[in-house]
Amino acid sequence: MIRLDVRPVPSLRMSVLSPLIALAVTVAAGGVLFLALGKDPVRVLSMFLVEPFHGVRALTELGLKCTPLILCALGLGLCFRSNVWNIGAEGQFLMGAIAGGGLALWVTTASVALSPWAFFPLVVTAGAAGGAAWAAIVALLRDRFNANEILVSLMLVYVADLFLSWLVFGPWKDPRGFNFPQTVQFAAATEIPRFVRGMRLHWGFAFALVAAVLMWLFMFRTHRGIQLQIGGPAPAAARYAGFSSRSAVWTTLLVSGGLAGVAGAFEVAGPMGQLTPHVASGYGFTAIIVAFVGRLHPLGAVLASVVLSAFVIGGQLAQSRVGLPASVSGVFQGILLLALLGCDTLIHHRLRLVRWTWRTAP
Amino acid sequence: MTAPRLELRHVTKRYGDVVANDDVALAVAPGEIHAILGENGAGKSTLMKIVYGAVAPDAGELLWDGAPADIRSPHDARALGIAMVFQHFSLFDSLTVAENVWLGLSRTVSLREVVEGIRGKAAEYGLDLDPHRPVHVLSVGERQRVEIVRALLANPRLLILDEPTAVLTPQAADKLFETLRKLAATGCSILYISHKLHEIVALCHQCTVLRGGRVVASCDPARESTASLSRLMIGAEPPRLERRPASAGAIALSTRELTLESHDRFGVALEDVSLDVRAGEIVGIAGVSGNGQQELLAALSGEDPRADAGAIQLFGQPIGRVGAAARRKRGLHFVPEERLGRGAVPALSLANNMLLTRKEALRAFGWIDRAALRDQASGVLRRYWVKAAGPSAAARSLSGGNLQKYIVGRELDAVPKVLVVAQPTWGVDVGAASQIRAELVALRDAGCAVLVVSEELEELFALADRLHVIAKGRLSPSIPTAEATVEQIGEWMSGLWAGGPGQAAALAGGSP
Amino acid sequence: MSEVALLVAATLAAGTPLAIAGLGLLLNERAGILNLGAEGMLLISAVAGFAAAFHGGSEWLGFAAGAAAGAAVAAVFGWLVVWLNTNQYATGLAVSLFGSGFSAFVGIDYVGRQLGEQRAHAVPILGELPFLGPALFRQHPMVYVAVALVGAASFFLYRTRAGLVLRAVGESPQSAHALGYGVRRIRLAAVVTGGALCGVAGAFLSVVYTPLWVEGMVAGRGWIALALTVFATWRPARILLGAYLFGGVTMLQLHLQAQGVELPSQFMAMLPYVATVVVLVLISRNPLWIRLNMPASLGKPFFPGA
Repeated sequence: MIRLDVRPVPSLRMSVLSPLIALAVTVAAGGVLFLALGKDPVRVLSMFLVEPFHGVRALTELGLKCTPLILCALGLGLCFRSNVWNIGAEGQFLMGAIAGGGLALWVTTASVALSPWAFFPLVVTAGAAGGAAWAAIVALLRDRFNANEILVSLMLVYVADLFLSWLVFGPWKDPRGFNFPQTVQFAAATEIPRFVRGMRLHWGFAFALVAAVLMWLFMFRTHRGIQLQIGGPAPAAARYAGFSSRSAVWTTLLVSGGLAGVAGAFEVAGPMGQLTPHVASGYGFTAIIVAFVGRLHPLGAVLASVVLSAFVIGGQLAQSRVGLPASVSGVFQGILLLALLGCDTLIHHRLRLVRWTWRTAP
Repeated sequence: MTAPRLELRHVTKRYGDVVANDDVALAVAPGEIHAILGENGAGKSTLMKIVYGAVAPDAGELLWDGAPADIRSPHDARALGIAMVFQHFSLFDSLTVAENVWLGLSRTVSLREVVEGIRGKAAEYGLDLDPHRPVHVLSVGERQRVEIVRALLANPRLLILDEPTAVLTPQAADKLFETLRKLAATGCSILYISHKLHEIVALCHQCTVLRGGRVVASCDPARESTASLSRLMIGAEPPRLERRPASAGAIALSTRELTLESHDRFGVALEDVSLDVRAGEIVGIAGVSGNGQQELLAALSGEDPRADAGAIQLFGQPIGRVGAAARRKRGLHFVPEERLGRGAVPALSLANNMLLTRKEALRAFGWIDRAALRDQASGVLRRYWVKAAGPSAAARSLSGGNLQKYIVGRELDAVPKVLVVAQPTWGVDVGAASQIRAELVALRDAGCAVLVVSEELEELFALADRLHVIAKGRLSPSIPTAEATVEQIGEWMSGLWAGGPGQAAALAGGSP
Repeated sequence: MSEVALLVAATLAAGTPLAIAGLGLLLNERAGILNLGAEGMLLISAVAGFAAAFHGGSEWLGFAAGAAAGAAVAAVFGWLVVWLNTNQYATGLAVSLFGSGFSAFVGIDYVGRQLGEQRAHAVPILGELPFLGPALFRQHPMVYVAVALVGAASFFLYRTRAGLVLRAVGESPQSAHALGYGVRRIRLAAVVTGGALCGVAGAFLSVVYTPLWVEGMVAGRGWIALALTVFATWRPARILLGAYLFGGVTMLQLHLQAQGVELPSQFMAMLPYVATVVVLVLISRNPLWIRLNMPASLGKPFFPGA
């Protein structure tokens, strides 16, 4: 019989190895999957593991995908650490996109004279406000009415998606867009400044990296950050210390909603340049995986976002090159997180083969 | 000579690097009440779980009626006729008494038979129980009766009781002993686990003493005194607490007719609790667990700030609605009963755990001065003799006693004006316990007002200057410890003081 | 009149998958396990059920395949959370994310495929009754099976010893373990059974209700089913009530849209989701009420030994 024994001290070696083992399991499972489908596993896997990192252009595209993942995952990590299960980052992302996109639309249609650098802080503020407001509903209902934040935040994803759909099918539709459900192309002034002309990577990426460092300082170097993290694993200790659980709910949800909203605003004012019904691309959900794979640590989220971005890009390549559905990246994401959770057990436990030992005198 | 009912040979059990049982041998004769004596952490509970099949030993032999037996699960144990009454009850709050009992019996009996059985055993042993009441409305003592009836209904040949009197008044404990003697007279063997010496002398026929997981002695308690048993259990003379009479000053902490519904679904409501703690004295609150201690402590510490503002006063200021952090700022510190998860966060370092109650290492905007924090934590570790790898060791890596020393040290280090302490030495070895008690007395002598809530009468008699008793959420008047007797406090623990809840019940014709 | 009857009939059909899935999740939660992977399990079993019905030509084959797929996914989830003690929230989310990717991935070949002719169902005699016939008695047999399952689950939980053991495990796994019950085996069995029920619900969606396979077609019903267990305060009979309530809301908004009510269709489509939030708020408003009814160990890991 195999038994799990609690380790006296968590294993440092396993906590480093666990993500690597999980990644190996994921790759192996992917290889088997492709083999079963009659595709060359080496060729397809290289689309996920090699090509996203091959060349400058590929790397900038990777950074572009990392940006929303990092921003969403930072907030989710904070939430999960304080036991607030916000899984509606996708909805907060959408509301940020709507707020940021609305602002860009107004600048475009009213022909406001503005430089992109002046617009940058405005769109960040709008996105943050949109996302935070959406998350505030969750905070209010949990704080005031004790409603489960998992279900509420998730239901609000559907509501936000339908709301966006109504906007682009209705009031915000481009009057000269041949009845396509989309807004006009935003003016050049609303574009998030890019690092290099011709590459889509924009300064939002730098914003995300700075946010990660700030979040790291906040979580581990300030009293408030420590307070928020105590409420999760040890609510009784938080009560004993006098840290308010209500304020933890509000803080974590507003921060994570705001960050997800900024990500959404960057997405529409950056690579998309308009609002369509297809703004929701699953970043808010993928970010849940980024947060866990990154150990709910801000700098871990940056590293994990690279892996998950590669998966997303790999899925798109697999679709365009060998006709696999792009959803294959979702399969990878799920397997990666399941494998990681399983492997993480070995950080705090060790496997031991045991036999029942009555009647075997020492 | 008949074979022993139960015999253990060479039983060994390790948890990681900790040896819980080391080559333990033991024999229990039919009809014998056999004590297992040892301090907290001596390995008593682990040994009993091994006998009951709930824990697998790493090595050793078990003989039942002289023949080797293979007990792999509690089901196997029950099939042999072994029953157990647990220290932390194995009851289900939302189910009825009968359902709870049923779950502990074999599959072949019907619920109706169980109800009849409960009525039968209850009458036979004088244990009053209504089979159809849900367990969550029962008192702690009644819950233990459910456990005992469940054990008796299995017609056991060996009954294991793990610290059964921890939840009983001295009088109720005497009644339990009668039940056990009656049971032993029918030929049932009893394993009685305790660290209370006088109980063992009064009840048991044979005694095995464990220390550090090893059997250090096997004796006839009738020929021993509590002092000699204590020496066997601790391995040394128990340290004496030196103390001078108190010189009480002004009132520091007081409650005025504090009435509060419980937060917990199965908790106890506080009713008209009035209490004064003066600077320079130690006030003790005795009581059987589950009589409102948790609720009172939470209301005093500020973890539960729902009391009327004026019902709790600190130096004359109303603080009933003030939170825990703000009360601490005004000089009220608290040491809770649970160390891991309440007094300290298991996964955080000892240094970061300072931040739960201490703010000296914080700079502007809540920025943590990490060097200052480590120095502060190191200071506590050094001054209060905490054995730890250093300030960056995780709280959960400490033993219970060392963590308690750290938490008490952290609060003492803050030089509180009022200190509320729950179960200051619960689960702590004797050396650490006497050290903690000495620190509390020293704090009192320095002019701090100290309130100690404990379920250990001996501890309260040793520490407190005045005693209260809490029963069913109500507080007795106080009595100077020098004038109190164990009998009187024991009666009060049943609520039997003038105007107490037990008296009211007695007057109304109910049973206490 | 006949319009109302059709609306009632549609409500029962729409409520049926919610009821079956909600019942499965209720069994999980009564044993103390919160399975946030419901949405993923429904998706995977929907595609599995559709594929089996498509190739096998029998909808009952579809239900069986759905149940098997749901049970298999639940077994993986259960093994992780029960044996390896992984975080229930995170593991459930992973299953949901995996399920949406995996179902889209394997279902790509079935998009746009048609199942064979749908047979009309009617209960003899009762089906001929005016109003009541079309409203209640011309349903797919699965609608009645769902009602029977709810009755069976009630009987199991409150009238059998095994049901008592299940409730005891959810209430206090430590106590159940101390009494010698195999807590982990019981929890795993509950998870797998719950998964199988979710699987039947998923197959019903793709094989009978739609009947098509479309990526993401479950559209949050897994999450709504989770909300139903809270709504029902963990009692089977109330699951049925809640499921029909949500079915009614869904049908009403479709009905109103068809009537050409002057409200954008998107706002109508929000109704079931908004209704879920509103119901959650109303039910959870009194924390004591929830705490009194919720299985005490829900979502908490259990470590045997020591």
